[in-house]
Amino acid sequence: MESTKPIQKRRKNEPDGFDRFNRVSKPANAVLNLIFFLMAAVCVIPVLLVVAISFSAEASITEYGYRFIPKIFSFEGYTFLASQSKMILRALGISLFVTIVGTVLGVLLTTLMGYVLSRPNYKLNGFLTMVVFIPMVFNGGLVSTYFVVGTMLGLKNTVWALIFPLAVSSFNVIICRTFFKTTVPESLIESAKMDGASQLTIFSRIVLPISLPVLATIGLFLCFAYWNDWYQSLLYIDDHKLLSLQALLNQILTNIQMLAKNAATMGASAAEMLANMPQEAARMAIVVIIVLPIACAYPFFQKYFISGLTVGAVKG
Amino acid sequence: MASEKKKLAKRRKWGRDDTELSLLALPTTIWYLLFCFAPMFGIIIAFKDYKVHGGFIQSFLQSQWVGFKNFEFLFSSKDIWLIIRNTLAYNIVFIILGIVVPVAAAIAIGQLHSKKLAKAYQTAMFMPYFLSWVVVSALVWAFLSYDKGLVNGLLESWGMDRQQWYMKPAMWPPFLVFMNLWKGVGYGMVVYLATITGIDKTYYEAAGIDGATIWQQIRYITLPLMKTVIIMMFIMNVGRIFYSDFGLFFQVPRDSNSLYNYVYTLDVYVYKQLKTSTTGMAAAAAFVQSVAGCITILTANAIVRKVDRESAMI
Repeated sequence: MESTKPIQKRRKNEPDGFDRFNRVSKPANAVLNLIFFLMAAVCVIPVLLVVAISFSAEASITEYGYRFIPKIFSFEGYTFLASQSKMILRALGISLFVTIVGTVLGVLLTTLMGYVLSRPNYKLNGFLTMVVFIPMVFNGGLVSTYFVVGTMLGLKNTVWALIFPLAVSSFNVIICRTFFKTTVPESLIESAKMDGASQLTIFSRIVLPISLPVLATIGLFLCFAYWNDWYQSLLYIDDHKLLSLQALLNQILTNIQMLAKNAATMGASAAEMLANMPQEAARMAIVVIIVLPIACAYPFFQKYFISGLTVGAVKG
Repeated sequence: MASEKKKLAKRRKWGRDDTELSLLALPTTIWYLLFCFAPMFGIIIAFKDYKVHGGFIQSFLQSQWVGFKNFEFLFSSKDIWLIIRNTLAYNIVFIILGIVVPVAAAIAIGQLHSKKLAKAYQTAMFMPYFLSWVVVSALVWAFLSYDKGLVNGLLESWGMDRQQWYMKPAMWPPFLVFMNLWKGVGYGMVVYLATITGIDKTYYEAAGIDGATIWQQIRYITLPLMKTVIIMMFIMNVGRIFYSDFGLFFQVPRDSNSLYNYVYTLDVYVYKQLKTSTTGMAAAAAFVQSVAGCITILTANAIVRKVDRESAMI
């Protein structure tokens, strides 16, 4: 049967020429497809479960537990969050502020250093390279970092404790340096210098505009890091007004646990209040609010991550 | 050539360019001084009985030197050995599986006939990498919660008993290994796939014409050409063998007391000690971690440098 198919048709979906013979057999391909389908499903299904829980009625969760298809469909998790909108919007605001300001600041600091290190004739090149490399090998550890950032620099319970510590990473600086070294033509910089341009002008008017791919890569790395960060909040933030979405979720996860642990010692009224709010659905609704922007964005930005990872693997 | 250029740069006098470049580098250099180098000097609080008297520098100066007392306390506790064992054991498993599984997956996904399907699988498997551990902790809870979890629901519908998953130490080591792979395979696959797609297609064509099977092509073309990137990833991970992913070990087991012996790693220990104000022990443990980490990364790099100069990181 196979041979009666018109050749034209077969060529459409299958590679031409030699490639068609030099590849795994059809059964092997089917087995591999099955394995990858299962692995992909394992990666995505937990998120779908959480989405389903967020749309379940509290009564149905209490009765039947978490399910992929809610027994009783309901928006009450989201309406509860809307009724607590002051808390949620403030957390969203903190998350957005930290992500935007942090990304801009981080990209600026990283590219500046990357550019300076990419200049071969710069006098302090060796010294600054050490400044960037040493932290990759040695660091002060959590305890002294905690005291330096929290107490000495006085960032405890300020939004800057969420921004500054994550702004620069030596890995990103090296990605930038490698990119500038390999893609920005030396002659371009030399000719600008001949015309009397300062280094700041060269950096901002010539180097940055032709380096958009690396800016996008670093920007995305930072953007995801800031949006996903909860650790800095755990360390430095006690003030409820400064909780980001991730930190808020973290608190809610632990608090409900604590409430469950203390259920025996708790007064009836507190228990009643707890019983009246759709805690399960609301909790998962927060997860959905956090994950939704990421899940929508990353498929489109994947290629910048990939290019960043590849550049990072090439040492400069 | 390169060394000649460097010599030239040294002989040259300090110019306008150098001043301008120094100014451009200044903000980032200050960042490095404050957030990386200041903590490096702060590490000596491990040798002090750190007490809070106002600001950090004041407290630092007023605290008593106690020599190695913090370390004596730390190493006389049973916990620390258990925790170091956990950290090393988990990392060894993570390093091995974290290379074998993504490399195998990257090679296998490159063999799929349909490139569109391959891209779709890759995108789906990359997703966990973009989720925070707090979110992952909530996802795991949806499966493992005692009264509402999906797993217990299924067990019950099959006529079996519900299980207190968060109090079953034996299942956690394999489960944490699984979660680590779950979150990391997509990322690792992307890194290795980038290398594989960079390999010249004509190698495979030539091998195929000479009658090499797909296995032979993988064994004699793909794997040797991936050697450098695999070694790079290996050193980076071995260098970090005293560090662990705090989120994985703190958030996923939800700080359950029954799992203590099986899920505590150095990072979790330091954090817990710090939060319970036993600063001396925490500082000593953090010091051990930093110094041991520094030694391992330099050693790993030195070994690789001997074996294959091109693959060395520093």
